[in-house]
Amino acid sequence: MYGQFKTIDEANRAVIDNVVSSSPFLVDVVLAKSVIKELNGKVLLHAGPPIKWENMTSPMQGSCVGATLFEGWASNADEAFAMLKNGEIEFIPCHHVDAVGPMGGITSGSMPLLVVENRSGGNRAYCTMNEGIGAVLRFGAYSQEVINRLGWFRDVLGPVISKALKVKGDGLNVNVAMAKAITMGDEFHQRNIAGSLIFLKDIAPYIIQTDAADKDKQDVIQFLADTDQFFLNIAMATSKAVMDTARQIQHGTVVTAMCRNGYEFGIRIAGMGDQWFTAPVNTPQGLFFTGYDQEMACPDMGDSAITETFGVGGFAMIAAPGVTRFVGAGGFDDALKTSNDMMEICIDHNSNFSIPTWDFKGSCLGIDARKVVETGIEPVINTGIAHKEAGVGQIGAGTVRAPLACFEKAIDAYAVKLGLIEPAAE
Amino acid sequence: MLYTIIKENSYQDSVNLMLLTNKISTMDGINKVQIMMGTPANKDIFKTSGLSTEELGKAAANDMCIVVDTDSEEKIQEVLDEVDQYLNNQSISNSKQEFESVRTWDKALKALPNANIALISTPGQYAAEEAEKALDNDMHVLIFSDNVTIEDERRIKEKAHEKGLLVMGPDCGTEIVSGVPLAFANVVKQGNIGLVGASGTGIQEVTVQIDRLGGGVTHAIGTGGRDLSDKIGAITMIDAIKGLAAHKQTEVIGIISKPPAKEVRDQVVELLQSLSKPVVAIFLGEDPHNHEGNIYYANTLEETAAIALDLAKGNPVKPNYNKITGEVSAVNLKPEQKTIKGLYSGGTLGYEAATLISRGLGLGKSNSHEEGYLLKTNGFEVADLGDDIYTQGKPHPMIDPDTRIKFFQKAAEDESTAIILFDVVLGYGSHEDMAGALLPGIQKIQNDAKAKGRTIYFVATVCGTEQDPQNIAEQKSKLENAGVIIKDSNNQAIRTALAMIDIHVEEMDKEMVPAAKKAADQDITTSSAIEKLLNEKPSVINVGLKKFTSAITENGGKVVQFDWRPVAGGNERMRKVLSVLR
Repeated sequence: MYGQFKTIDEANRAVIDNVVSSSPFLVDVVLAKSVIKELNGKVLLHAGPPIKWENMTSPMQGSCVGATLFEGWASNADEAFAMLKNGEIEFIPCHHVDAVGPMGGITSGSMPLLVVENRSGGNRAYCTMNEGIGAVLRFGAYSQEVINRLGWFRDVLGPVISKALKVKGDGLNVNVAMAKAITMGDEFHQRNIAGSLIFLKDIAPYIIQTDAADKDKQDVIQFLADTDQFFLNIAMATSKAVMDTARQIQHGTVVTAMCRNGYEFGIRIAGMGDQWFTAPVNTPQGLFFTGYDQEMACPDMGDSAITETFGVGGFAMIAAPGVTRFVGAGGFDDALKTSNDMMEICIDHNSNFSIPTWDFKGSCLGIDARKVVETGIEPVINTGIAHKEAGVGQIGAGTVRAPLACFEKAIDAYAVKLGLIEPAAE
Repeated sequence: MLYTIIKENSYQDSVNLMLLTNKISTMDGINKVQIMMGTPANKDIFKTSGLSTEELGKAAANDMCIVVDTDSEEKIQEVLDEVDQYLNNQSISNSKQEFESVRTWDKALKALPNANIALISTPGQYAAEEAEKALDNDMHVLIFSDNVTIEDERRIKEKAHEKGLLVMGPDCGTEIVSGVPLAFANVVKQGNIGLVGASGTGIQEVTVQIDRLGGGVTHAIGTGGRDLSDKIGAITMIDAIKGLAAHKQTEVIGIISKPPAKEVRDQVVELLQSLSKPVVAIFLGEDPHNHEGNIYYANTLEETAAIALDLAKGNPVKPNYNKITGEVSAVNLKPEQKTIKGLYSGGTLGYEAATLISRGLGLGKSNSHEEGYLLKTNGFEVADLGDDIYTQGKPHPMIDPDTRIKFFQKAAEDESTAIILFDVVLGYGSHEDMAGALLPGIQKIQNDAKAKGRTIYFVATVCGTEQDPQNIAEQKSKLENAGVIIKDSNNQAIRTALAMIDIHVEEMDKEMVPAAKKAADQDITTSSAIEKLLNEKPSVINVGLKKFTSAITENGGKVVQFDWRPVAGGNERMRKVLSVLR
């Protein structure tokens, strides 16, 4: 019934063994259309499960406009809006083409992507590079400043890092960087400053050795030094690469993806392959920058919940006492409680990422959809909070819960697929 | 106007929320309030209290739902502040806990791998399922929950028996294992008397009296009230007796029960007769006249303790223990004041009162046919306020004074009432200051009566020991200072109340007679798991009410708190799906 496995527990164990034995390396930065063939047409990738234009949040629509302008498909915002509304541009979820995208997750062919290869599975995953804070595409801004930065990413940042990685030769071992960073207070969703620092430390010597212009090298290093969340996108691509290897086993109830598009929250479980199980998204709650409040918060967006799927992010709150208050978790005891609670819905600890503040227990490993339903404990996701109007950008940070209904639908469908139960009457 | 506040993903157990509801309902300007988790069953309760709203309909099982009926919208913020303060204070008091809190069996078993007892206080409909999980993990089970079907009880007790395990309960309120009180129990000195009882407050009163008289207990094992019914056949009591028979430190065995089914009684007595240890037994309401062989029969809980203690010390058993000790106060009653109202929080204590008062009135058996009353005749009333019909959606009278104060008032309004007889039960689980909580109600009644030129007497017993977490001396003096007549035992309190209206219940001296028939050969071997249970400090997985943990940690036991919630929030389809995906 479960392939070569006797029980669901055995299948789940095999899936999480794949996670633990993963070997992800950051190997390159490439233009999106060179590795994702779909992006050679008028196509945009977006975060979360499939979505129509009319259901997108204002920030995600703003991102689409920005990408349309960046690609030169339209000469101004009004034109871009019209094209998008008329259905002239096709939308595909990042997850369907081995990619993940933060917030709106809007990705177009001319954007450079981080390439993480999981050598234990031989597969690759892609993610855009972090733009920093302020007016940025992922929060729906599409001003000239945003378009210019994307151009610099394409022409300078991407190529320079790519060259540096080629000088290095065999890629950067991400597990090692993450194992170090988690002991330095990162949880890889809300806090990535340690990971970003380690990346800068690892890559800088190779940047120096490239044949890039001195000003470009200096600008790149300055940008990396300024961008505290740069490592988030590396962690996302890594989590995606690892979970995609793990889900080659198509049995059991381990959650293999969690993502949101501002309209729906979607999850996948190993036993149901590529199928999405969705429910309406929640709106994150947390702390807001001065002048903003909960009323202005945009519903939950982004593929970044792949980090929680991998067992870090909100699940590793205990590793990052520095941000617990920022994400509304109160003090240290609350952070501990959050991670302990998340452990209730996970199968084991991931010994690759030992957390000193958690008595050196490993990070959470393998969300079991059954346990989520059984306990009613919804996975917690640390997240930035976007303004609900496009272009305003990030207005706070907090946490949001994955809706229980996704997990209920997933295990229900799995039980039906296995023939263990009749489908529920409508 | 109804206002609804939903706090998402904010689970609190129902007792907590009932206490909180009571607290909020005393605020000025609140017509009505109900605070519960948003389970389907609770939503029905909201509906029946006329507090159903549209927003409430959307709440999920893990959402805390507050519906307030108030005329002024400004009150809502006050309510919210009060709720937050209540919940926050609780988190402060919980912050230094010496135990781990878990949400699944998997994690509970990892946290306490040697756990040997699961203490289950979930809502009744889930208790059997959780008990089976515990049995599957080779643990003894104490089911505090009530509302478990008798079919489920039979099934799990048979399963336990086959595995050599004990199922104590359901509806088992009291248990002492190796000096560790579980659920509602007193801190009793350790000694050589082992008890098995089918009644919670029966065990509490007997252990308290043993302690007061200078003795001590090894274990007090509760079986649940239905164990001695013909449908269950005393499965737990028999296994527990065999366990105590084999337990070295237990030199005297005590049995406490309401009258059992005839054939079950015979079976238990036959087993007791075959033991080499002396036994004291009380089958409440039976009115025995003899002691038979190694079994000594008692009429009252106090007598049970006294006989046990004489046996434990090797003293001869006296023919009679039921004389009133101390003076009976002179009374000043109006001619119409002729009756006693017994308003009990302890069911068995109430039962004892009903039995003695019936005998005093020459009524014979004390079976009341009115629900919630143990006795109701000619103005004499005894009510067990812990009965299900009084505790629907309300906390038990051992932890909340409200129901009792209401009944006190009702009793005082009856012109025939001379005496209000009641109990204050101390120990773990019970209210931290019940005497103080009842006092305002008592004083109001006294003052109102005085204004009408009448006196209403209060007679009470405080069921507790000096080691209990409440200060017993202070509890007693608070009541005594308010003019309440306090007696050392329930038996004494009842007899004193009766004597005050000139009714005297005479007890005949008991004679020693040989056992009625020769004991057949009995298999009295016990299982290794029960032997282990009785020879170690317990390690407990506390499934449900968090307040039960302190009794365990403070008395040398180990505990893991299982913050239980209904599987899949009580969603039936999901329960089925989960069961096929095991």
